[in-house]
Amino acid sequence: MTDLLHHPLVEFTAEHAPLQFINERGERVENQQNAQFVRYLEHLNVDDLKNFYRDMMVVRRFDIEATALQRQGELALYAPLLGQEAAQVGSGQALAASDMVFPSYREHGVAHTRGMDMAKILQLFRGVDHGGWDSFEHNFHLYTLVIGSHALHAVGYAMGIQQDARMTAQRDAAAQHDAATQHSDAQAGAHFGDADAGEQGTTQPQADASSPDSASAAFRGDTSQDASHTGQAPQEAVMVYFGDGATSQGDVSEALGFAAVNNAPVVFFCQNNQWAISVPNSLQFKAPLYLRGSGFGVPGVRVDGNDVLAVHAATRWALEHARHGNGPVFIEAVTYRMGAHTTSDDPTKYRSREEEAHWRAKDPIDRIRLALEAEGAWSETDDAALSAELEGFGEYLRGYVRSLGAPEKSSMFEHVYATENVLVSEDKAWFAEYEASFVDAQGEAQ
Amino acid sequence: MTATVSDTTAETTQRLPFAKAITEGLRAAMRRDDKVMLMGEDIGKLGGVFRVTEGLQAEFGDHRVVDTPLAESGIVGTAIGLAMRGYSPVLEIQFDGFIFPAYDQITTQLAKMHYRSKGRIKLPIVIRVPFGGGIGAVEHHSESPEALFAHTPGLRVVSPGSAHDAYTMIQEAIASPDPVLFFEPKGRYWEKGPVDLSVGPRVEAGTLNKAAIARAGSDVTMVAYGPTVATALRSAEAAAQEGISIEVVDLRAISPLDTDTIVESVRRTGRCVVVHEAVSYMGPGAEIAARVTERCFYELQAPVLRVGGFHHPYPVAKLEHDYLPSLDRVLDAVDRVMAH
Ligand SMILES: Cc1ncc(C[n+]2csc(CCOP(=O)(O)OP(=O)(O)O)c2C)c(N)n1
Ligand SMILES: [Mg+2]
Repeated sequence: MTDLLHHPLVEFTAEHAPLQFINERGERVENQQNAQFVRYLEHLNVDDLKNFYRDMMVVRRFDIEATALQRQGELALYAPLLGQEAAQVGSGQALAASDMVFPSYREHGVAHTRGMDMAKILQLFRGVDHGGWDSFEHNFHLYTLVIGSHALHAVGYAMGIQQDARMTAQRDAAAQHDAATQHSDAQAGAHFGDADAGEQGTTQPQADASSPDSASAAFRGDTSQDASHTGQAPQEAVMVYFGDGATSQGDVSEALGFAAVNNAPVVFFCQNNQWAISVPNSLQFKAPLYLRGSGFGVPGVRVDGNDVLAVHAATRWALEHARHGNGPVFIEAVTYRMGAHTTSDDPTKYRSREEEAHWRAKDPIDRIRLALEAEGAWSETDDAALSAELEGFGEYLRGYVRSLGAPEKSSMFEHVYATENVLVSEDKAWFAEYEASFVDAQGEAQ
Repeated sequence: MTATVSDTTAETTQRLPFAKAITEGLRAAMRRDDKVMLMGEDIGKLGGVFRVTEGLQAEFGDHRVVDTPLAESGIVGTAIGLAMRGYSPVLEIQFDGFIFPAYDQITTQLAKMHYRSKGRIKLPIVIRVPFGGGIGAVEHHSESPEALFAHTPGLRVVSPGSAHDAYTMIQEAIASPDPVLFFEPKGRYWEKGPVDLSVGPRVEAGTLNKAAIARAGSDVTMVAYGPTVATALRSAEAAAQEGISIEVVDLRAISPLDTDTIVESVRRTGRCVVVHEAVSYMGPGAEIAARVTERCFYELQAPVLRVGGFHHPYPVAKLEHDYLPSLDRVLDAVDRVMAH
């Protein structure tokens, strides 16, 4: 295992073959490469696999509903994640609740695995807020639309985690020193032992597995942490999601550099969905993306992004690597944006039907379903229950979106600064007076 | 490299959407000079997210209409090198809010190279920026950052207010030996206007820094550019019904500023209202108001008023029409200057 941690590139450089556990036909794959990652799947049982499938189906339903709502004029825009469900659900479920996620703008599936109500995301696409959810409620930060910027935020946040640990160590050392000088007897040791009570730190948040909004949150905890051994609380990790196009931004390279020299506990999760709007990989970079970090000293792994198990295993490995002080990791999840870039986009202008068909055959949901069926793990009863759940979810989403009224006009002026600001309050007062001057609100002639 | 304008398209005036007028201006400039090349994200096969470069890669090839990697700093930075090598890059920044990764290259490099090289290096680069709001977009897609660039010596900042100006001004910007920020009012892209395709760049006439009187009037001078020219014209129409005569000055350029045309107008009307979508505070209107006050102090019958963006980030789509300078807000300012 240490070999893998220290030289992960060696295994894959030769042919750039992505890590895979389930192929397109739903068959289990066993090879030398994935043997190294098997241990990251060992904790999964059949119910967990079914939960992967369910989560992916829920996410896809969300995508279908949101796309329809946009077409009906209920949303101004929508960015579909169709085809990227495995990359998002598989990676999202590898995270611990205490880990922090910095998403791009298409990570609706990751939001779901964090336990966030995906309906909230639609507020952004309806144009009633800029996201505005509480980043710390589910440790899922706001969407970032400016490509690549958030990679630096993620690294900085990870540096903060490191700083916390240093500060704590310093304080503990100081306390120990004080204690030692004041009572040079066994008392100091007893106190220190108290603070160390490993169980507190190692307790993983165990969400209720029957919770409807994140079926499989139960195994989000990283069982591979051996905190009891070190007596240290497991370090938090950070994950940043971005696309193939984003790798061209300077901010992403800068983030890799900062992460590397700081040995920051951050995982760079790149969903290579082959396209950046109309720009294909070939116009964006020349070397396989998973190698991108290597020049910075950040190891990389390429994974079949449409294989939920491969994604899950690789992400668990990467998080463990980061968490244990081994520094950042770069994951390239090879997947495909099966839909348009956004509802404003027309992919027929730049890619072929053949290409789309080629990838449709690699649908991430089909293969896990085939695998479940082959293993006799999915019954008609399961199907009926899931359909009912999805119908209910669809209805909920439609109702939620339609019930979103326009925000208060005066809300425009809120939260510009943390403190009272005369420039804002002047404008706000002017606007209020102006609005009041319309005796009968006629609406604008424009 | 030199002009082969003989094959220019229709000699008659056509009604074209604003966006397509720019397409035709780009086409004409590219036919005239094979050193002109386009660079940007999604501008080739897709023709740009607003289709402004549609058909140009098919006509000129992918070495002259280049889909770049997704990196604005890279686009502007490499354009500087290309310009040093004799090319005239015309760059597209996909949306106003995405120009900032390139802000360093634009302000520390592009703006200063001529000065630092004692005039030896000219960078005839045009940066096209679809800007402004009103399209129901998500954040970073509706902003008006022109003042940030107008504040930087070494850059020219322009914004056409009509389809015909869009067609000619893009050619003039390309012909300019100085770098030009070319702000395109994306909310007006699909509004049609007459475009005389036989007109080439009017560089000699200096139109790139010459404001136009878009409508003559005698009571109030209304200064606008880009997206607000149409708003100003509509408000002039509405005010005329109430017997108020508004003169609309379409600035065309924000830097340099054609102060003479504004001053000449305000001396006649005695009143001035500036309308732009950019945040009012430290915005172009502040500079215009200062200059008008400096030069027309004794002719002014009312304080110069600004109608612009409030002091907060561009709001959500559902509120943008309360934020943008609407017809009502412009007329409200007219009422206030007329009350003096
Ligand atoms: C700095 C910046 N430049 C340009 C854009 C416009 N834009 C939005 S998405 C996108 C393509 C992103 O591609 P990729 O990183 O592969 O992510 P994907 O959309 O495929 O998930 C572009 C160019 C932007 N949002 N931010
Ligand atoms: Mg992509």
